[in-house]
Amino acid sequence: MSIIEVNNLTKYYGKARGIEDVSFSVDEGEVYGFIGPNGAGKSTTIRLFLSLIYPTSGEAKIFGKDINQHGVEIRQEIGYLPSEVFYYEGMKVLDLLKYSESFYKKDCTKRMMELAEIMELDLKRKIDDLSYGNKKKVGIVQGLLHSPKLIVLDEPTSGLDPLMQQKFFNLIREENERGATVFFSSHILGEVQKMCNRVAIIKEGTVINIQDIKSLQKDNYKKIRIEAEGLDEKRFSVEGVNNMVKDNGSINFFFKGDINLITKLISEKEVEDVTIEEPTLEEIFMHYYV
Amino acid sequence: MNIFKHEFKMNFKSTIIWSLSIAVLIFVFMSLFSTIAADADLMNEAIAQMPEELLMAFGMNNVDFASVLGYFSFIFLFCQVCLAIQASNYGISLVSVEEREMTADFLLAKPIARNKILTNKLLAVITNLTITNVVVWISSFVFLNMFRDGREYETKTLVMILLTIVLFQLFFLSVGVVLSLLMKRVRSVTPLSMALAFGMFVVNAFSGMLGDSKLELITPFKHFDPNYISANAAYDTPLVLISVSVILISIVGSYMLYQRRNIHTAV
Repeated sequence: MSIIEVNNLTKYYGKARGIEDVSFSVDEGEVYGFIGPNGAGKSTTIRLFLSLIYPTSGEAKIFGKDINQHGVEIRQEIGYLPSEVFYYEGMKVLDLLKYSESFYKKDCTKRMMELAEIMELDLKRKIDDLSYGNKKKVGIVQGLLHSPKLIVLDEPTSGLDPLMQQKFFNLIREENERGATVFFSSHILGEVQKMCNRVAIIKEGTVINIQDIKSLQKDNYKKIRIEAEGLDEKRFSVEGVNNMVKDNGSINFFFKGDINLITKLISEKEVEDVTIEEPTLEEIFMHYYV
Repeated sequence: MNIFKHEFKMNFKSTIIWSLSIAVLIFVFMSLFSTIAADADLMNEAIAQMPEELLMAFGMNNVDFASVLGYFSFIFLFCQVCLAIQASNYGISLVSVEEREMTADFLLAKPIARNKILTNKLLAVITNLTITNVVVWISSFVFLNMFRDGREYETKTLVMILLTIVLFQLFFLSVGVVLSLLMKRVRSVTPLSMALAFGMFVVNAFSGMLGDSKLELITPFKHFDPNYISANAAYDTPLVLISVSVILISIVGSYMLYQRRNIHTAV
C-alpha cells in the first residue's frame, strides 16, 4: 500500500514557482529520500503534505486520504521535524513536550520520556536558553513522541553533532523497523544513501529522477584529481571518464565504472597527489542532469 | 482546551501589566478630582484660554470638571487609548506571532483544524481582555467613590460608560486579527498596533476639530465617546451598530483568510 501518493502536485507562490507537476509514491515501511539543492522545492512539498500551504493544482494522498479534506486525521499519524526549530518564548522543554503530547489521542508520556533520555534532553531547562543543536533535539522528541506511522524529516541533521546524528539515525531506523514509513528530505547525498531505500531527486521544482539506492550507487561517480608533472590527459581518456579539465599540472575528471581501472592507470605514473572523492550533489546535478 | 490554556498563559503577564497600569492611571487621575473640582471655575477659565481645536482633540471641550462623571469621562478617554493599544497588540500578534517565531510549523502540523485553532486563540485572548475589563470596572468604582468628595453621580450612567469596554476591545482585537491576516508577513507588532490605536484616536480628534461627521463613522473612539454618553445618558446607537458590524465582518473575514492562508517559512 502507498503511504504517500502524489499526483501532478503543483504549487505557485503568486508567480514564483514552488513545485511543478510533482508525482511519486512512497510505499509502507519504506525510507524514502527526497533530495535536491536548496530552493528546489523540498520544503514546499513537505509543507503541502502538512497543509501548511495549499496546492495550486494536483493532489496528494497520505494513508489513502486526500491531504486537503482529511488533514486533521492524517496529521494524527504524522511526526514532523521542521528544518528550523524555534519554540514558544519562556517555555520549558517539558512544558513544550506536554503541549505537543496534548494534541494526540493516545497517551504518549512513556515514549516521550524514553526519547528524551535517548536524546539526552534536560527537561527542566528553558527552550530559549538551549543551543541550536539542543533545540533540534527537542524538535526530534516532539516529532516522534506519538509513535507516528509516517515520519517527515526536513533536513533533520543540520546543527546536530556527529554523535547525535548517529543516535538520531539509529532512532529513525528503529522507528522504521517498528513499521513507520520515513520521508527524508536532505541536500546531503551521503546521509540519504546511508538511510534510504529509494530517492526522488528534485531540481527547480520538478522531480527529475526516482531511483532505488542500489542503482544510484551503481551510478556512483567519483571525482578524481591527479597532480603530476608532465601529465598527459589522453592517458585517462578511457570509458567512464568525463568532464576532464586540465589546469596547471593537474587534471580533474569524473569517473563512473570499475575504480580499479583508474587506480591502475594512476599507479603507472609518478604522481604528486591524488584525491578521489564523492562529487557534491551540486556537481551531480551540474554534470548528469542538465 | 490545550491551545486555550497555552494562549491564555502566553498573554497572562502582559494582561496583568496592562490592567495594573490602567488601574494606576484611574487612581492618579481620580485622586486629583477633589482639587480640580474645588477650583472648577478656575480650571474652566484656564481651559477657555486654550485653542478650541486643541480642546476638541482631547475631548476637553464642554467638560464639566465640577461633576464626577464629567471628569470621569475625560479620564476614561485615556483608559480607552490604553485598552485600544492592548487589544490591537493581542489582535495583530494572535496569529502572526506563530509565523514570526516559526511556531506555526509546530502548531499547524498537529492534528487540529485551523478554525479550531483560531477559535481557541480568540477565546483565550478575549478572556485576557476580560480580566483587564473587570479590573477597569473595579478600579473605576472604587477610586471614583474614594475620591468623589461627597459629590453625587448617576450610577447608571457610569455603568453605561463601562459597558462600552467590551465592544471597544473587540473592535481593536478583531480589526487587528484581520489586518494581520491581510498582510503577507507581520514583522513587528508594536508599530502596527500603535498605528491602529493612535490612528483611530487621531481620526476622532480630527473629526472633532473639523466637525466632519464622515470621519467619525470609522472610529470607536467616537462610537463610544464617553462625553456623549455622560452628557446624554444614552448611546449613539447608529454609531454603536457600525462598531458591531465591523467586529462581525472582521471575525468572519479572519476565519476565511486563516483557513486558506499559506504559512511560509520565516526565512
